[in-house]
This record gives sequence, C-alpha cells and structure tokens, in this order.
Amino acid sequence: MPDVTKTATAVEDAVALPADPAPAAKQEKARSLWGDAWVDLRRNPYFLVASVLIFFLLLIAVFPSLFTSASPTKGDLVKHFLGKPELGSIGSEGWLGYDGQGRSVYARLIYGTRASIIVGVAVTAIVTIVGGVMGMLAGYFGGWIDALLSRLTDIFFGIPFLLGAMVVLQSFVERTVWVVVFALAFLGWTQMARVMRGAVITVKHADYVHAAKALGAGTGRILFRHILPNAMAPVIVVATIALGGYISAEATLSYLGLGLAAPTVSWGVDISTGVDQIRVAQHILLWPSIMLSITVLAFIMLGEAVRNALDPKLR
Amino acid sequence: MTIIDNTATVPSPRDGADHTGPLLEVRDLHVEFHTRDGVAKAVNGVNYSVNAGETLAVLGESGSGKSVTAQAIMGILDMPPGKIPQGEILFRGQDMLKMAEEDRRKIRGRKIAMIFQDALSSLNPVLSVGYQLGEMFRVHQGLSKKDATVKAVELMDKVKIPAAKARVTDYPHQFSGGMRQRIMIAMALALEPDLIIADEPTTALDVTVQAQVMDLLAELQQEYNMGLILITHDLGVVADVADKIAVMYAGRIVEQAPVHELYKRPAHPYTKGLLESIPRLDQKGQELYAIKGLPPNLLRVPTGCAFNPRCPKADDICRTEIPALVPVTEQDGADLPGRTSACHFWKETIHG
Amino acid sequence: MGRYVARRLLQMIPVFLGTTLLIFLMVYSLPGDPVAGMFGDKGADPATLAKIRHDLGLDLPLWQQYWNYMTDIILHFDFGTQIRNGRPITEVLGEAFPVTLQLAALAFAFELVFGIGLGIIAGLKAGRLADNAILIFTLLIISIPVFVLGFIIKMVFAFELGWIEPNVSNDQLVSEMIAPAIVLGGLSLAYVARLTRTSMAENLRADYMRTAVAKGLPRRRVIGVHLMRNSMIPVVTFLGTDIGALMGGAVVTERIFNIKGVGGLIAESITRREGSTLVGLVTILVIIYLVTSLLIDLLYAVLDPRIRYA
Repeated sequence: MPDVTKTATAVEDAVALPADPAPAAKQEKARSLWGDAWVDLRRNPYFLVASVLIFFLLLIAVFPSLFTSASPTKGDLVKHFLGKPELGSIGSEGWLGYDGQGRSVYARLIYGTRASIIVGVAVTAIVTIVGGVMGMLAGYFGGWIDALLSRLTDIFFGIPFLLGAMVVLQSFVERTVWVVVFALAFLGWTQMARVMRGAVITVKHADYVHAAKALGAGTGRILFRHILPNAMAPVIVVATIALGGYISAEATLSYLGLGLAAPTVSWGVDISTGVDQIRVAQHILLWPSIMLSITVLAFIMLGEAVRNALDPKLR
Repeated sequence: MTIIDNTATVPSPRDGADHTGPLLEVRDLHVEFHTRDGVAKAVNGVNYSVNAGETLAVLGESGSGKSVTAQAIMGILDMPPGKIPQGEILFRGQDMLKMAEEDRRKIRGRKIAMIFQDALSSLNPVLSVGYQLGEMFRVHQGLSKKDATVKAVELMDKVKIPAAKARVTDYPHQFSGGMRQRIMIAMALALEPDLIIADEPTTALDVTVQAQVMDLLAELQQEYNMGLILITHDLGVVADVADKIAVMYAGRIVEQAPVHELYKRPAHPYTKGLLESIPRLDQKGQELYAIKGLPPNLLRVPTGCAFNPRCPKADDICRTEIPALVPVTEQDGADLPGRTSACHFWKETIHG
Repeated sequence: MGRYVARRLLQMIPVFLGTTLLIFLMVYSLPGDPVAGMFGDKGADPATLAKIRHDLGLDLPLWQQYWNYMTDIILHFDFGTQIRNGRPITEVLGEAFPVTLQLAALAFAFELVFGIGLGIIAGLKAGRLADNAILIFTLLIISIPVFVLGFIIKMVFAFELGWIEPNVSNDQLVSEMIAPAIVLGGLSLAYVARLTRTSMAENLRADYMRTAVAKGLPRRRVIGVHLMRNSMIPVVTFLGTDIGALMGGAVVTERIFNIKGVGGLIAESITRREGSTLVGLVTILVIIYLVTSLLIDLLYAVLDPRIRYA
C-alpha cells in the first residue's frame, strides 16, 4: 500500500547523506534528555534557589571558620542561655544567643553543618551504590537472581526504617558520625534498589538495547554503556530527595537520644538539648531546627526540579 | 438557528433542514501553539467544507496541520498552549468558535464525532468497553445503565464484533487492534452524528485489517448519509473512499481537487511529488522518487511558499511571495470545478 | 486472579521469615544483658542468672531460640514474656496497640482527606497560583522534621493558645489525639498531595481524556470518572503501604505527646534491651506491613483491569 510515511523515511535517508547538507544544517540540533533538562532547569526558580543554598551549605561544611571566629565547644557560663539573642549584630558570636553552657548558638550552628552534610552525602552514596548494584542485577538478569534479590530487598524493607536504625545504633557504644551513617544505610538501600530495578526493567526493553545486543555487545557493555546511563535519571532524583530525608533522620535519631552525642557538634545534638529546655529558652531549639529544615528543603527542591525537568510529561 | 436546543431530547440528529449550505465549513482558520521555543504556527488560514454524505480526505505529512485542524473543529485542542487567533468553523452555518462551551459540548459526540488513530490509548484502560459505549447514551440521552448496555451491545453488533454480548464487559486491552478500532468507530457512530472526523483511523492497524476497517467505515457512512473528514497520509486509502481531497503542507492547503482528478493531474509540485513517490509495479527496477528535504519547522516556516526549499520548480518569487489558493482551469480557461492550487507555477505543473 | 493471589501469598512466607530472622539477629547482637539488668547494680549470684537464662531459653543456640520463638508465635500465638516484669508480651501489646492504632487511623483519615483534596486542587489548577501555593506548602511539610513540626504545634496550640493539652492523658481521648494525628500524618499528607497531583497531571494528557471530551461528556464526568479512576491507582497503592509506615513512625509522635502506645514501647524496649518484646513488636508490624501490601496488590488488580488479566 502506498504510504507517505515510507517516503518520509526515504527522505530522512537522503538527508543523512552529506550530498545536500544545507537543509540539515538549518534544522535545529536535537537536544538530548539531559541537555533539554538543563535548559529547563536554568529557568526554574526552585532549582536556582536550591543550588545557591546547597553551595553555601557545602561551603560552610568544608570551611566553617570562614563564617565565625567563635568556638562551638568553648562555653562561658556567664553567657549561658539566659543571655538573649542580639539579632541586630548579624554574624557576631552572640547574635543568635548562647546555649545552656554559654556556647555561641551561631558557632554551633555553623560547625554542626558538617556532621549533617557528611551523614546525608555518605548515606546517599552508600545506598546508591549498594541499592543501585542490587537493583541493576535484579532488573537486568531477571529470573532467579531477581527473585532472590527482590525477596532480600523485601526482607530489609519490611522493618520500619527508623526503628531498624534505632536498633542498630543501640548496639554501638560510641556513636560517631560513621556509626550513624551505617545505621541509616543498613535499611536505606532498599528504596534505591527498588527504584533502580524498575528503571532498568523499563530501559531493558528499549529498542536500542535490543540493537546493541544484536550487534553483539557484551553484557558489561550493554549494562554500563546503554542501560545504566538511561536508568540513572530516576535514581538521581530519588537520591537527591532521599539525601534531605537522611539528614532529617539523623536529627530525629538525635532527638530520640540515639543519634550523635555530645562531644560531636551537630544540629541533632543541639536539637535534643533544645527540646529539654523548650520552656526556658526556645532559641536553642529554634535555630538548628530552621537550619535543618532549610537544608532538607534545598535538597528536596533540587530533586523535584530535576525530576520535573527530566519528565516532559509533567510540563 | 436553534438546532442545539431543539435536539436536546430528539435522538435523531438529521434535522436542521433549514440550513442549505455545506454541513461543515472551515474558513480562514489559524491555530498557533505557544511553546517555550516560540510560537509554532500549526494552521495558517485553512478553508474547506464537507457536505452530508460526502467524504473529504485531508492529506499531509505529520506536522502539516491536518490533525490540528480536526482538533480545532472538535474543540479538543489543548488551550493553552494552543490558540485560535482567527477563523471560523461553521457547522450548519453556525460558528462553533463563538458558541458557549456547553453548547459546543452538546454538539460533540452527538452531531460531530471523532475516531482517533490509536484506539488502545484513546480508550480508557480501566473502564469496560460496554461502559464507554453506553456512556454516550447515558450522557446525551439520559438512558439508564441497563438500557445503555443493551444499546452498547447493539452497537458492537453493528460494527461486527463477534460475541458482542459476552464481550461487552471486557476491557480495551483484551481486544485485538482491529476490534478496538471497531469499538472506536462504534463509539463515534453511537448517536448517528452528522459528521465524523476520522484521524488516521487505520494507521496503527495491520494492512489486512486496514481494508476491513475502511470498508466498514465507508459502509456505515453511506447507511447514515454522514459527512466524513478522513485525515490520512496514506494515498491508497484515499483513492478508494474519498470524494475530494485537500492536500496540506505547513499549515496551509496547497491543493484541492476531486479525488480522481488529483491522481490524474496534480496541480501542485508537492502533490506531484507525493504521487511519484508511490512505488509502482510497472516501474520495477527504477529508483523510487523521494521528495528531498524535511518538512519545515513550524517555528520557522520558510518565507514565501513554505514548500520552496524542497521544490524542484522553485524560483525567486517562491522565496518571497506566499502563493494564494487560486482556482485551477483548463488550458483554454474552462472551469475545473472544485480544483484549486496554491502554487505560483500551477499552470506549468498541471499542463506542463 | 487466583494464581496471582497464591503467588503473592507464597512470596510472603520467605519475606516474613527473613524479616523476623533479621530483626532477631539485630536485637540479639545488642550489647548488654537484660537478665543481669533485672537486678540492677547489686547484681545476683551467677547460679540464679544461669537459672533464669535457662528458664527463658536464652542459653540455647541462637538458631534454636529463633525456632522456638517462631513456632510459639505460629502455633500458640505466644509472643513470649517481657523479661523485666514477666508479663506476656501479647498482654503488653494488647494495651499499647489500640492506642497506636487509633492514632494511626486518625492520621490516615487526615492524610486521606486533605492529601487527596489538596492534590486534586493542585492537579486541576496545574501551573496556577493554587498549584504553586500547594507545592510550597507540601515542600515545607516534607522539609520540616516530624519532631520540629510536633514542637511547633505543641508550642502554638498548647503553650501559646492553650487550645490543647501538651500531653495526651492516660485516657487517650479522641479529642486529645487530633494534634498528634496531624503531626504523624503531616508528612504522608504532603506525599499524597504530590502524588495525586503528579498522577492527575500525567493522566490529564492521556489520549483517552481527549476521547472523553470528544464524546461530549460534561466536564465533571470527564474529571470525576475518566480522570479519577486512572489517577487514583498509584495514590491508593501509596496509601496502603503507608498504614504500616504510620505505625512505625509513631515512635517520634508518641514521644512528643507522651502517648503510651507501640512507639513508646519500642523505644523503651530498645533502651532496656528487651529483645523478645522488641522482636514481638516488630513481628507484628511486619505482619501488618505484609498483609496491607497484599491487600494493596489485590486492590490494585481490582482498580486496574490490565493487571487483573495479565
């Protein structure tokens, strides 16, 4: 049956030849998924705000001394928490007030950033690698490997996240940042494994994967050159949003008395102290809570913006 | 005119005899889409008309504006980003673009119905076909659920779906492609509309099934004396069923002609190119002709005649002046009824 | 459909055994000795400790302890006894469980009504002011940690306005549970709203929506029947898995409002190293999780015929 689409295919073939490059050159260069997303992101106010916030948070985490000259650990009991904030003198040692031991709330805020950021980034890195590998193997190979890995994921997923982290933390005498990271990653990888498995299964059936197989590409090449780059989008989105969640979880564990503990300077530690003194001095609880919320918000906004940019259906 | 109000309770749509003009007339229709890359002019001044019992085939590549025109007629354009800056769509002499939304809704499905290309995605996946067919009667005629189901079975029989009674509770994904398209046709026919717009109704189907579905559509059209706008890119489908053809390119009609005349003597280089690119058994062994170049980007339609970069006949005038759609005549000036062409060199093309 | 249910039920068995074993191993790797803890700082003579350990079966190898534990649960519905005061765990749970269930149910109702409601408004007004306002609201809710949200509500409504009591009394009146339920359900509410909105925005562009309009259906029918039936499928799935999560997440909320429910019991068991209580509690949560996810899978099949006949 005569069909114009067939003609159109023939036309495309003709254009692909270098013989007549003029019309092809005029044609808009097709943007890739990520290229298109980037164009979208640059105009997204949520993305811009989130990026600036995260940049500053990372800067504070790496170079806290740039932002305050006060010490987060040396307290002067004369200035203890009844010394009210002097909000006028922004950036000074006492502008956000002092805590029960006369330490600068502002300095503790600045120095506490590092712990939260480390927990967030490290947990996300671990769960993305562990969960990503598990999900990729389960999704790509299917069959008994999928059955085994999926049940294993289900088993870890069955235990409530916070509860599992509490039990793990309880079994450590000294709760350093890395112990908290381990406790959160212990059950956290399941989410990433599920996301990755779903993404790989979707990509696996794409024509370009069949084409690569037909051309004789090996398993490793198909996985890393064809499947992984295309399955990464949902994983990156979930990882960014989860990063905020892990920071929040660390603080929640501190609140429950099971997270980081005193000599470590962290928002969670200050929040759990602040809770005890809520009726006397609200600012000890207030500022770390605000910082924490802003940080979580920044990562969630970043993740959401990337998700929207990558998913043309939502535009 | 008060067709709409009168027929609110009258099931038969074939009234409104007081109107004498064409059933549907599109006048100077423009549609544009506001995208983040700029304004895409999808339809740039389209005129066509259909009478009762007549089949108009609208032919064009993807992006030619043929489907957008149809969606504008149905009132199912996404607005925004779509916008109709000017034009009229007259149904029985009444401009639908000026009607209240509620009045337009009453025309949709009851007076003008549409058949979509991909029946699988166009039917609701979570509702049974019986429900989706019966919905037409429940909403437009106020039938009970039970009566509507009876009507749905009748409709499925009408479009020759085997074991209609048993399958009325099935879901779209349980039918084959051809059967699903029959369900789409049944849905469009449910209220015996005056006009059916079929947007590439057979493109998604196997070649053997294509003919069956087209035959069914043509048969039902005759039975009900409906107007039919058949949107397609398939020249083979057109030849069998259409009365007249409108060829679209870059949002404009470039040629209009009664169907056989167009095949015999195209009056536009684009139409000519399309016809020459059909593989023919008697030219076996020869290289197949292809129109060079790509369809234009609607964000940057070439100046002058939109087809000029791909046209073998293009001259300086084609790059500066947009050719008007003018009547085509014989060499001696005798009328060729129903024929028009939008080419500066139509004479050379048809007679040359 | 029958085979589908059977397969899901079979899959549940290894997950149930695996999860309980995992929590069993985790709990028994906790340092400290609950039996020695019973006697406080004075301590007891080793013979007494050994006898108590023997009576409780704590001197058996771990795998045997697990085996005994599971057979007791499955055959006799016996979750063991609390080491500290010798009460059967079923009895302890019987007190705490209804409280948490009530809290979770209220939170669930709250997230269901307001989450879906906000999501529908945002979805129908996509890109407009209402949508953006709801987006910002949900982002804030998601960003503020639960305990901070709890304290904000406690500060404002209990301490400043005096509308509610800061702590829930021992009677656990429904009126006292409203504020805790809002805190507990807040995060899920935000997720439900986002999910509803996304799902609606996606389905609004579906081809069948265009068909529904072309059929001349009134707008409320296009939205109410065609759009909703499809958009609610992922939302229902999320709501189902969330029931278990709400019960697990009650740990924090119960601490904030001093509610004596499962959450408090869990926190107490962890600090007191009450292994058997903890395993019992988690086992129940796991059972709830497994049963709800099975129900959700079945509901999913009811809502989406494509799954049903696959």
